[in-house]
Amino acid sequence: MGKNRKTTLLSELGRNKTLLLMISPFVIHLIIFCYVPIWGWVMAFQDYNPIAGITGSPWVGLKHFKALFAEPLFIKVIRNTLAISTIKLVLGTTTSLFLAILLNETRHKYFKSVTQTITSLPHFISWVVTANLVREMLSTDGGMVNDFLMFIHIIDKPVLWLGVQKYFWWIMGWSSVWKEVGWGAIIYLAAMTGIDDQLYEAAKIDGASRIQRIIHVTIPGIKSTFLILLIMNIGYLLSAGYEQMFLLKSGLTQDVAQVFELFAIEWGLNKLRYSFATASGIFASVVSITLITVTNKLSHKLGETALF
Amino acid sequence: MREKTSNLIFDSIKNFILVFLLIITLYPFVNLMAISLNDAQDTAKGGITIFPRVFSLASYTTLFKLPELLTGFINSVLRTVIGAVTQVFSCSMIAYVLSRKSFPLRRPLSLLWIFTMYVSGGLIPYYFLMRSLGLLNNFNIYWIPGITSAFAIIVIRTYISGLPESLIEAAKVEGAGEFRIFMQIVLPLAIPVLATMALFAAVDHWNAWVDTWLFNPKKKELTTLQYELMKKLASSNSSKSGKLGAEARRGSGSGGTTPKSIRAAMTMIAAVPIMLVYPFLQRYFVTGLTLGGVKE
Repeated sequence: MGKNRKTTLLSELGRNKTLLLMISPFVIHLIIFCYVPIWGWVMAFQDYNPIAGITGSPWVGLKHFKALFAEPLFIKVIRNTLAISTIKLVLGTTTSLFLAILLNETRHKYFKSVTQTITSLPHFISWVVTANLVREMLSTDGGMVNDFLMFIHIIDKPVLWLGVQKYFWWIMGWSSVWKEVGWGAIIYLAAMTGIDDQLYEAAKIDGASRIQRIIHVTIPGIKSTFLILLIMNIGYLLSAGYEQMFLLKSGLTQDVAQVFELFAIEWGLNKLRYSFATASGIFASVVSITLITVTNKLSHKLGETALF
Repeated sequence: MREKTSNLIFDSIKNFILVFLLIITLYPFVNLMAISLNDAQDTAKGGITIFPRVFSLASYTTLFKLPELLTGFINSVLRTVIGAVTQVFSCSMIAYVLSRKSFPLRRPLSLLWIFTMYVSGGLIPYYFLMRSLGLLNNFNIYWIPGITSAFAIIVIRTYISGLPESLIEAAKVEGAGEFRIFMQIVLPLAIPVLATMALFAAVDHWNAWVDTWLFNPKKKELTTLQYELMKKLASSNSSKSGKLGAEARRGSGSGGTTPKSIRAAMTMIAAVPIMLVYPFLQRYFVTGLTLGGVKE
């Protein structure tokens, strides 16, 4: 039976020789660029030596994982990553949803599309540019935020916002809201256009106010979109977007800005502790997969939409 | 009547919030544009908001004289074009094969790609792979790794699967081979989705700087525009006396510039290409978002 299936597969492949030929180079590319690095995970269980390579380096078992959890810096990295990405997730989701509701309530077509276009523009601007804009806006020398807060007498002298540890996570959160709110709203808005107009009409006849219609028709109507996005984003909780942190941190905020990727770059490429840095990457990957599987299962159990 | 007034209040608050959001989104760009076009010494006095007070192109003329900026610009354009074209062509070829129901490896190969959306080997193994492939300090690292993208493949495959099967069957009856069907029938029909995916790829390439920083930092001729801007940002961040700042204080070069005016001008150069094309192409981007379901 098995042999039979094998021959059918081979003969089917034979009939699709051109297709096989068309895709083979890319399969090889995929294996080299995506799967060989995953195989490189074995480095974490060795004292990797670049000259000896993976085949020649000595095996050390879980030594680097133990060192990782004994490293106080690494605990800080976990804390920073989780804090920043949770703040970003909560702020990002609520602001995008809020903007989508406001746009959905806007009947003026032109105003609606202009607002949508302009607010989603920053999504396509690089973090390098965005970081410079953020620095200028928060600067102590003529930055908009300080000028404005001084104008309304909330502060007397400019504050070095990016130099204060307790503000750092929130600046990351709000600057990413600035960049992504419009783009994030598009997907919710698309889901809202799918809601049946009759539902709104019925609610109106029942005497529901506009805000009541938003709460009882709009929000339930996008619940599944909301949940799918939430599940996907929870899977990415351990990647907080390191470009932003790297570009906006300074010596003063180093302690609260260090996240997984930056930790791997610093320990792996600067301090040359390859195996140690690889172990931190594996930890992040494993946690991500676990998170996404668990939230997906949970969503299934609650009888809601699931990703897979 | 009560309904009408409450509607009015609701709309006023809503429009106020939206206009406020528009201002917050646009002001930083406009402000930096004004600073970049204003005389640097005058900017130092403060108070520049949306218009330049003493118009000056000194920051731009100084920038255009920097050789690394021109190199960076050329490299950014090259990687954007090469990267977008190769990625879209390869991904559409893969997508076509994976959309053919007669192809027996359709499911396992699709899964092989989808898996990479969730798991990656991480930086260090990747770095050593690039090293052993000879891609460190090499222009090819900008485009070769990005040839296949699971996200692009899925989006294009969804689109191709929606094309009428009869067209392909008819071409087969005429005796066309799979490769010819792909090139002459499927590719032209898929142009809307291909344009969208090319735009996404182009934006990613134009905005990228991490690969220059990690893999190509030693070769000056391989620099990119975003990386140069990043360096300016980093140097002005760590010390107030960058090379440009010192030049400005000595009064050399073409008139007064300060690190602040240089950064502003450079930010504009890095952002303006996208701001120029974006409004016209916005609907393509949105198509991509809805076609792919959800990206980030």
